[in-house]
Amino acid sequence: MRAIGTIEGKAYPLGRANIDTDIIIPAHWLKTVTREGLGRGAFETIRAEPGNVFDDERWQGAPILIAGENYGCGSSREHAAWAMADLGIRAVIAPSFSDIHSGNAFKNGILTVVLPQEQVDRLLEVAQEHPITIDLESQTVTTPYQDRFRFEIDAFRKDCLLKGLDEIGITMELDDAIAAHEVKAHADTPWVEGAAKAA
Amino acid sequence: MATTTSPRTLYEKIWDAHVVQQRDDGTALLYIDRHLVHEVTSPQAFDGLRANGRKVRRADLTLAVADHNIQTTARVDAAGNRLPVEDPESAQQLAALVKNTAEFGVEYIEDLAPEQGIVHVVGPEQGFTLPGTTVVCGDSHTASHGALGALAFGIGTSEVEHVLATQTLLLKRSKSLEVRVDGPLGPGVTPKDVALAIVAALGAGGGAGYVAEYTGSVFREMSIEGRLTVCNMSIEAGARAGLVAPDEATFSYLRDRPRAPKGADWDKAVSYWRSLATDAGALYDKVVTIDASTIVPLVTWGTSPDDSVPITGTVPDPSSFADPSRRAAAEKSLAYMGLTPGQRMQDVSVDRIFIGSCTNSRIEDLRAAAAVAKGRHVAGNVKQALVVPGSGLVKKQAEAEGLDRIFIEAGFEWREPGCSMCLAMNPDKVPAGERCASTSNRNFVGRQGPGARTHLLSPAMAAAAAVTGRLTDVRDIAAREIA
Ligand code: SF4
Repeated sequence: MRAIGTIEGKAYPLGRANIDTDIIIPAHWLKTVTREGLGRGAFETIRAEPGNVFDDERWQGAPILIAGENYGCGSSREHAAWAMADLGIRAVIAPSFSDIHSGNAFKNGILTVVLPQEQVDRLLEVAQEHPITIDLESQTVTTPYQDRFRFEIDAFRKDCLLKGLDEIGITMELDDAIAAHEVKAHADTPWVEGAAKAA
Repeated sequence: MATTTSPRTLYEKIWDAHVVQQRDDGTALLYIDRHLVHEVTSPQAFDGLRANGRKVRRADLTLAVADHNIQTTARVDAAGNRLPVEDPESAQQLAALVKNTAEFGVEYIEDLAPEQGIVHVVGPEQGFTLPGTTVVCGDSHTASHGALGALAFGIGTSEVEHVLATQTLLLKRSKSLEVRVDGPLGPGVTPKDVALAIVAALGAGGGAGYVAEYTGSVFREMSIEGRLTVCNMSIEAGARAGLVAPDEATFSYLRDRPRAPKGADWDKAVSYWRSLATDAGALYDKVVTIDASTIVPLVTWGTSPDDSVPITGTVPDPSSFADPSRRAAAEKSLAYMGLTPGQRMQDVSVDRIFIGSCTNSRIEDLRAAAAVAKGRHVAGNVKQALVVPGSGLVKKQAEAEGLDRIFIEAGFEWREPGCSMCLAMNPDKVPAGERCASTSNRNFVGRQGPGARTHLLSPAMAAAAAVTGRLTDVRDIAAREIA
């Protein structure tokens, strides 16, 4: 995973609530067997609307997206995160996120920043003209004005993002603990094992 | 396992029994007992394993089946030769699953096997899903499996790779939510209506951050099939998982399933499963109660699953929503759906009918739809009425009961199992601008095909809409004896 420190730049002022993963990347784009190239299908239905933020020159290549509540609801498709990453989005700011989607975003080095609606509204206003800065280390979002909004992020995620760590690699180092759990589970609930025939 | 003696919820008990390591930052490494794999969200995960020289840690806890892309028309010709999947990208994704499962030693239920079906129908049906287990799948409707008292939730592809490699996930415990529905259900009210009512009560994002447990007399009396329908739609309210405590109905559903425990193991398992129910005095972080007698047959009008009204109701006026963002969303939805405020739902005519999906494609769903379809015929304005069983075994059972004949005589198409028109990755699509009465779980913009308009409803109501050609109150159409 790519490390994140400070993300600075234009922010798509999308603002809408309930942006579901079918909007982020429609199902007909899911037939790929790779992670690349999905930016072309990102936000396809919104991009069909005249005057949409994604095709407006002012925000071309913006690394930040600002949305309304419940961002990324719906399907678990990680393709949504891949599509956003392919489009160049490195952080999303919204009042709330779907649990699955924010996990997927994180695993692809995209920061999800939760801020209260009033602060999101203020950033939507600033983003019309100006860049926004997100600093992960200090957990703040700032604007060229006096705005300084602090956000929460869990310590593990923050550490992984700052260092660009591979989560599977970290877990594999805990092999002894996993094996010990398996021994105990085998004794307590032996019927759980062997439900599939290893092919 | 925690040694605490304070009362715990079902969710806490399953969670505690699976913690491999608790970390200071509040996350825990959780052991995963069951991993279901399908073709859409796994290719990049297997690629990741290959790129890092990693293996599948527990192939014996992993089961793969193809469902999203697979065609629901015939898979073999009259001579028994396999018919190709026409779309090259779908074919490539299906082929990748065959190749990956073989290479990594994972069991694959192949597409012509009688057990093939939608992953969330197959898991319970096979007895692969068991009470008290942790179940994951790269699919948000994994919540379905909670109907058997399993902690089941959808994961993304990176997490699929993490589970394949380590059989664990790093998670933060969710808050707990009790959704209690007590009282008798009225006529024509099915588990789907209960699910839609819950989603409406919570709102599309209302369950985010929570794991829901469904309690109350309605669930105690509900069949496992019905509980699967309700748990399936947990995610439509934002809840990552939904659970029903295992009880006698759960045990009799699971007994003798191919992968369920047998003999002495079975007895031990049942006594363990009985201990999982939420203890008296255990506290939930939030409780929502719904009076069952207020639930009526529902249908959606908009593009979010919480946009439902009684079938006897009318399309809402966006100006009636106090919240400005709700109002703007409703206006957009109505424009997309081609509906006008105040229009009676029962005056809305439909072009297509879809009876299927992991929400409503089990035997009880097909029986309920067949009871309405029997001796009637699909209306002339309906261009297509599809019945897509959830699995090959459901299909076989339905055929043994003669349901296929009822549907075919009524003008429905009787298909092979798969996800089909639920998300239109295979050729079963709703063309732009057309309106579909669908038993699936999502009415999102473009879900059933670009420009498609979806109305979510129960299987009996979908059959009623098929025979009248418009959204119809199932209580006005007598169900018939199907046996
Ligand atoms: S039937 Fe629909 S919701 Fe269920 S797994 Fe398939 S695509 Fe997903």
